[in-house]
Amino acid sequence: MSVTAPLIPAEMTPPPRRRRRTSGRAGIGWLYALPTALFVLFLFILPLLLVFKMSASDWPLLGGDQGWNFPENYASAISNRFFLDSVLFTLKYTVLATILLIGLGLGLALLVQESSRWKGFLRASFLIPSALGLASASLLFYVLYSPIAGPFAELTQAWGFTFLGTPDAALWSTLFLIVWRYAGFYMLLMLVGLQGIPDEVYEAARIDGSSRWQTFRHVTIPLLKPTLALTTVLCVTGSLLAFEQFYILTKGGPDNSTITVVQLIYSVAFQGQNDLGVAGALSVIVLAALVVINIVQIRGFSRKVED
Amino acid sequence: MTRTMNRRMRRVGALVTAGVLLAGLAACSSSDPGTSAASAGPEGVDDGTSLTLWTRAPLEKQANLLVDAYNASHENQVKLTVVPNDDYVAKVGAAAGSNSLPDLFAADIVYVPNWVKQGLFQDLTANIDGLDFKDSINKGHLAAGTADGKEHVLPFVLDLSMLFWNKALATEAGLDAEAGPADLAEFAEWAKAIQGLNKPDTYGTATGLNCGGCLVFTWFPSVWAADEQVMNEEGTESLLASDTAKEIYSTWADLWKSGAVLPSSKDEAGPTWTAGFTEGKVGLMPYPATLLSSTPFDVGVSGIPSPKGGGSTFVGGDGIGVSKDSKKAAQAWNFLNWMMSEEAQVGVLAKDNDVVSRSDLATNEYSEKDPRLITINEVAGEGDTPVSLNFQEAFNSPTSPWLTLVRNAVLEGTDTVDADNDAITDVLSQ
Repeated sequence: MSVTAPLIPAEMTPPPRRRRRTSGRAGIGWLYALPTALFVLFLFILPLLLVFKMSASDWPLLGGDQGWNFPENYASAISNRFFLDSVLFTLKYTVLATILLIGLGLGLALLVQESSRWKGFLRASFLIPSALGLASASLLFYVLYSPIAGPFAELTQAWGFTFLGTPDAALWSTLFLIVWRYAGFYMLLMLVGLQGIPDEVYEAARIDGSSRWQTFRHVTIPLLKPTLALTTVLCVTGSLLAFEQFYILTKGGPDNSTITVVQLIYSVAFQGQNDLGVAGALSVIVLAALVVINIVQIRGFSRKVED
Repeated sequence: MTRTMNRRMRRVGALVTAGVLLAGLAACSSSDPGTSAASAGPEGVDDGTSLTLWTRAPLEKQANLLVDAYNASHENQVKLTVVPNDDYVAKVGAAAGSNSLPDLFAADIVYVPNWVKQGLFQDLTANIDGLDFKDSINKGHLAAGTADGKEHVLPFVLDLSMLFWNKALATEAGLDAEAGPADLAEFAEWAKAIQGLNKPDTYGTATGLNCGGCLVFTWFPSVWAADEQVMNEEGTESLLASDTAKEIYSTWADLWKSGAVLPSSKDEAGPTWTAGFTEGKVGLMPYPATLLSSTPFDVGVSGIPSPKGGGSTFVGGDGIGVSKDSKKAAQAWNFLNWMMSEEAQVGVLAKDNDVVSRSDLATNEYSEKDPRLITINEVAGEGDTPVSLNFQEAFNSPTSPWLTLVRNAVLEGTDTVDADNDAITDVLSQ
């Protein structure tokens, strides 16, 4: 493929014709960009504008737009009795999930790369959970954790604990689900990064007599930094927006201990207050926080990569 | 080639513009009132129109029976959509916002006051007043759908909470399985006696301690049975810190501590709150009467008693009305009119061991065969339906202050009922 690829543009666009057709080519360029542009416009920019408008309007779920309500929505969003708790819980969950997923993803990738005999089997078994949608995976674990229908029902009864009964148990049970579901995906990303490191560097390290740990610490990690940056950004953003797993497994319980920010938005919009205005305001706050967090992360990583 | 492309693009652009304009037109026209329900006469119109109807999953069985029977005997055809319970409010809300509600839709009766106030249902006063049996229609449901003297909603399916007991387990524990417990203290004794059988995997009682709706449905009647109220008349103040209410909490706290409650009740958020009883693993519990027909063993049934005895029930279930977006109101009324007729109430609902929503039909050929149905129909008349605009947020939502109150009082054993009750009032009075 790499051999034939350069030939095609050369045949199709002989140099003399190029100048005459400049304006037409610009048109075609726009045409190529159009589907994406339309997608972005209708599925991203318009909904985003709608959320901004919603966040500044008195907009009950069942009543529709009732006019301007600008600072009040944001005030009641922040003074919601679960606002602070949900922010703190989301941050706690994000830190734990990111450490677990990045650590395990890297560990599994190294394992799969090292082992030769079981390589295919290991890769497949780590990756298969990623083929399942998060909501389906959550439902699967809902049954596994169920003290009535679950396969561990008798065990939990005998030992006197439940998977989702206490705040800590609910958090760790959900984290286990997330690790099970996503570790394979992060392993894959790490594998790509690892395979991008040239063998020569390792060879040089070996010739210099570096130990395994030294190789890992001073060769693998620095050269893996772009991958680590990508996975961290993905993982942090994904965890901050956690919803399905908690919506299905815990519904914010027990005793409102596992409410994430997105769940709070959902419950303000659809489970009680039914106020799209306040929910919109919360969404805008989350959006702003995400933008800031991602800028900080990307800046932090790009500086380190340059070093 | 470029030119044809451009021309094609212009055509696409024109299509897009036309589409946007059409959508705008459609949005305008849907705000026009369609044919009104009243204009078509008392029977409505049966002209082969296809109607859409939404309901939530817990009432799927009854809704299917009603719709099948209607479709078989009428030109109009109703297309039923069943939505999972938890997604129903969101789905209706989204449809209401985009003016795309179905012709007919049912709503949990506790949400009806708010939804009527938001204008989701058409005014059916003229039609409902025209029914010659209007006075015998379930009053709680009618009242929930009445705003400013205008009636919008009829009872679709009544779901009553009744005390159910497993007769085999009760007899085995040496209890009088025909009589049933007379008051809340006896209820607790029964639960402990059945727990005392020490049968593997069998428990005295069960409930959903993480399910606000279940607790409202099964514990409010104990307050009503003592001739007290759970809220003030406007539904803006919670009265759930009364001595009676506190006695209910302490009874359950004692049951929980003694281990007579199914352990999974602690985290039960709703989906499987009746499963233990249906599987025969639970001795007695306040239980939805709609499940009588699908309970496979012999059960006894009574009203839910208060600490002082008596019996009451939560008249729940769904009300149904014609949506604001329906342009087929006359045809939709034809379905509602048939649904209230003896043919549907007795021939479909009573036949399936369900509760009828007309008191003049409470005693019918089917209920006479089963004395339990007569008990249920009688208690239905004494039951209550709470009316409050903020009911969902205060009681049903997973983050409701009502759940906090119950979990504190029953599971944690803290002495915070008064403060937690004030938190409910704060939400109700918004």
